[in-house]
Amino acid sequence: MNPLTSFAHKVAMLFNRKNFGSELDEEMAFHRAQAEREFIAGGLSPEAARYKVLQQFGNSTLLREQSHGIVSFRAETVLQDIRFGMRQMRKRPAFAITATLILALGMGVSVAIFGFVDSALLQPLPYANPSRLMSVNESAAVFPRSNLSREDYDDWKRLNRSFSSIEVYTGTGYLLRGAASTEPVPAARVSDGFFTTLGVKPFLGRVFLAGEDKPGGAKIVLLSYGTWVKRFGARANVIGQSVNLSGDAYTIVGVLPREFSFAPRGNAEFWAPLLDKNGCEQRRSCHNLDGIGRLRDGVSAQAAMQDLKAIAAQLERQYPGSNQGQGVSLLPLSEIIVGDVRPILLTLLVGAGLLLVIACVNVASLLLVRSESRRREIAVRGALGATRARLSRQFVTEGLLLASAGCAGGFAVAKWLMMLMTRMVPKDVAPRVPFLAQVGINGHTAAFAAMIALLAAVVLAATPVLRLSFQDIQDGLGEGGRAAAGRLWRRMGANLVVVELAVAVVLLVGAGLLGQSFYKLLHVETGFDTTHLATVQVMAPDNLYTKDPQKIALYREIQRRLGSLPGVQSVGLASVLPINCNCNTDWIRFVGKPFHGEHNEVDERDISPGYMNTLKARLVRGRMFREDEDASKPQAIVINETLARKFYPGEDPIGKKVADLSLDPKSMREVIGVVADVREGALDDAVWPTEYQAIYFGTDNQFSVAVRTAQDEKTVLPIVVSTIRQIDPNLGVYGEITMTDQMNASQSAVLHSLSTWLVGGFAVIALVLGVVGLYGVIAYSVSQRTREIGVRMALGAQRSSVYKMVMGEACWLTATGVGIGLISSVGTSLLMRKVLFGVAVWNVPTLLGVALVLGTASLAASFLPAHRAASINPTEALRAE
Amino acid sequence: MAKKPDLLPGTLDMLILKTLTRSPLHGYGIALSIKRLSDDVLTVEEGSLYPALQRLLLQGWVKAEWKMTETNRRARFYTLTAAGRKQLGIEISQFEQMMVAIGRVLEDAVEA
Repeated sequence: MNPLTSFAHKVAMLFNRKNFGSELDEEMAFHRAQAEREFIAGGLSPEAARYKVLQQFGNSTLLREQSHGIVSFRAETVLQDIRFGMRQMRKRPAFAITATLILALGMGVSVAIFGFVDSALLQPLPYANPSRLMSVNESAAVFPRSNLSREDYDDWKRLNRSFSSIEVYTGTGYLLRGAASTEPVPAARVSDGFFTTLGVKPFLGRVFLAGEDKPGGAKIVLLSYGTWVKRFGARANVIGQSVNLSGDAYTIVGVLPREFSFAPRGNAEFWAPLLDKNGCEQRRSCHNLDGIGRLRDGVSAQAAMQDLKAIAAQLERQYPGSNQGQGVSLLPLSEIIVGDVRPILLTLLVGAGLLLVIACVNVASLLLVRSESRRREIAVRGALGATRARLSRQFVTEGLLLASAGCAGGFAVAKWLMMLMTRMVPKDVAPRVPFLAQVGINGHTAAFAAMIALLAAVVLAATPVLRLSFQDIQDGLGEGGRAAAGRLWRRMGANLVVVELAVAVVLLVGAGLLGQSFYKLLHVETGFDTTHLATVQVMAPDNLYTKDPQKIALYREIQRRLGSLPGVQSVGLASVLPINCNCNTDWIRFVGKPFHGEHNEVDERDISPGYMNTLKARLVRGRMFREDEDASKPQAIVINETLARKFYPGEDPIGKKVADLSLDPKSMREVIGVVADVREGALDDAVWPTEYQAIYFGTDNQFSVAVRTAQDEKTVLPIVVSTIRQIDPNLGVYGEITMTDQMNASQSAVLHSLSTWLVGGFAVIALVLGVVGLYGVIAYSVSQRTREIGVRMALGAQRSSVYKMVMGEACWLTATGVGIGLISSVGTSLLMRKVLFGVAVWNVPTLLGVALVLGTASLAASFLPAHRAASINPTEALRAE
Repeated sequence: MAKKPDLLPGTLDMLILKTLTRSPLHGYGIALSIKRLSDDVLTVEEGSLYPALQRLLLQGWVKAEWKMTETNRRARFYTLTAAGRKQLGIEISQFEQMMVAIGRVLEDAVEA
């Protein structure tokens, strides 16, 4: 045969469909008329003849269908199915809307979370050949990944054979002199090859050239794209212009591209070369740089690690004082940028997946109930000659229709949820979350959405098809087949509802654990009163505040002016505020104790005498600094309890002496007091040993101010800022925030709150869907057993025993679901270990609580149908059928 | 209704083509012709002729045109085409091969 002609014939038929049908009908009618005449001629009565003809001719509807099937394209019957499916849905809009909404919710949540997972974990970093980029850092006993010192960096760079380049970056801040005021801006200093190593091409001008980062080099700077637009009006002629940063003139040599982001320094507006060594960089023992490196072709990370370790060992021998115990930390750069969010994102993805499962199962059981009520329709179609395959195809089509409707709705939900989640990230955290900008509907998320839509369609189509294959189609014509089919549905529906309840338990347990963890995080012992505390950062220009007395005068003036503001109770200054980081550390040696060159790493903070009082931290022993304790007095420190416990176990530390590692007499200082631990590090970090020195001793141009207020601390913030600006308009005043907000905006709190709200939301939806599913099963079962219950009651069953029967079924289903769910949730909470803070994975109260909540909700949901069953009037029930 | 042997599957097309070798016929004529020629042994569920005829039309083995019957009623007459004639030859030879093969198996079974 010629496929081309047959195709042409089919196409011709497509436009001649009506004609084809009528011709066929006429032909068949002619046939039957002829046969009838023959029979009558043979002596049969007209009635008998017609009957005989019909019998001989066969099912004409089916034959017509078959003939159509031969000349038409397969797609045409598909269209027919779709039209029929739509009609079915229009006829029962409540079902269609409910099912679509549930599916849209499940799919939308999954797609949204996947959008985040995709942009954070699946898409490569936006740099050239990112898989070869490593984070190169030192390691120390207490810091698995610590900063590099500039001298160590120079040696690593010179001696290594594994990297085509090793570059460093460090955060800094400049005071940007504007026409009217002085504004502090975040910035970064980087080594000369930083941008070429990342493979970043400038938008305008050039990036740094080799050798431009040497001390004494020309002061040049690159602008971030946002800064160029915001501060320089996006003018192309900025290249070559000069900009005043902290009193020095820098020449702008380039503008970075719009899509460039480097999360660890995400908010930097200006990028300068390293240039002159600052105080810290002159010492090999002072670590302030972070490194990135590009592996040479063919060199593995392990080989590079060995190479660097050998160099570190060599430096350790060469400089035992500064380098003892200083090792190597080598990680893929992606680990530094997205490592923190990975466990949380994966947790959320699992949660969203579970929600999708519940949504699908729920809709599948809705479909089952519906297929139950369509038994007659199916039976009629079967009797008219529809084959099982054809009927199945109808269900598949309807499943696909539902899935596509759900998918379309899911896209809307996903888009909205992505926007919502992006907004939930506080503004000052956002630049450090580089992937946030990429989150959205793109090729990946669309493909993912299509995939889950297909999966959902398979589930939705398979359920009624399976149901169909269990059932003898002809049964549906009579009413008698009901009992058997009802039992079958009950079995399948019951299994589905157990799955729903189990998944709901897993999500509830997850949400419960996260919620507790979040609560613990926010209520962790901080050692001070975090309420009514306003804070602000101050930066004094280096060229105006050069000498100690100038700075001390400034400190005193700030305290005096702020202290006299109405509603302000006290004011304190510190180099770094609490709930920040275990950073700015110091290595100390205890005079009179054995010493083997170990680096006793402690947090070091410079504080004003009134600072601890302002925080309402508790002095345990000794005394605080006095207002007149400056460089003219002997040096003194206050230590925290952790330091006292760790290094002076069972001793009174007051009066003991501490110094640097070389016991330099200039560094010798006496312990004068012990304070209860103030949490300096992040909320989920351990408390470190900490030493506090008087700020009048070791002055700095950059410091923080804490203000204890009587009234709402938020209202005080702008007054504090303007008051400091009044003291000297050259001061940079920035970062004003209340302590409570600062805690809530800290990375660990943000991640926790985000995941708690989301998983909590998932769990609530799951609970509702699960309980509604259970209600459906029980209610359906009662409606199918009306007659049976009627008989029982007619035979003398008490109402209470009817209650017991129905509730018993519900209890059994709930218990099974909850039991399976509890067992599974132990597994899933093991996976959540990484994101939990201060909560044991095997948390009995949570498990019990969840079981109680779900059990109560389930019993409440099944009480309604049980009540209906118990109120059945036996005589009516018996007459009904 | 007395049970009559079912038509061997796949032979309906061949029988239709064969009946059309003599002259063009309408559907009812084809059915009658098959019944008569086989001495009432082969009966088809008559309606199933029509999907089969559509299939043959589609393959181009028969042509159809509306004509008047001798009793002056409109009917669709099917004519064998050249391709149909060729196809009939193929089907008959395939069928004979199969019959021979089945016959051999049966003889063997009788001897055993």
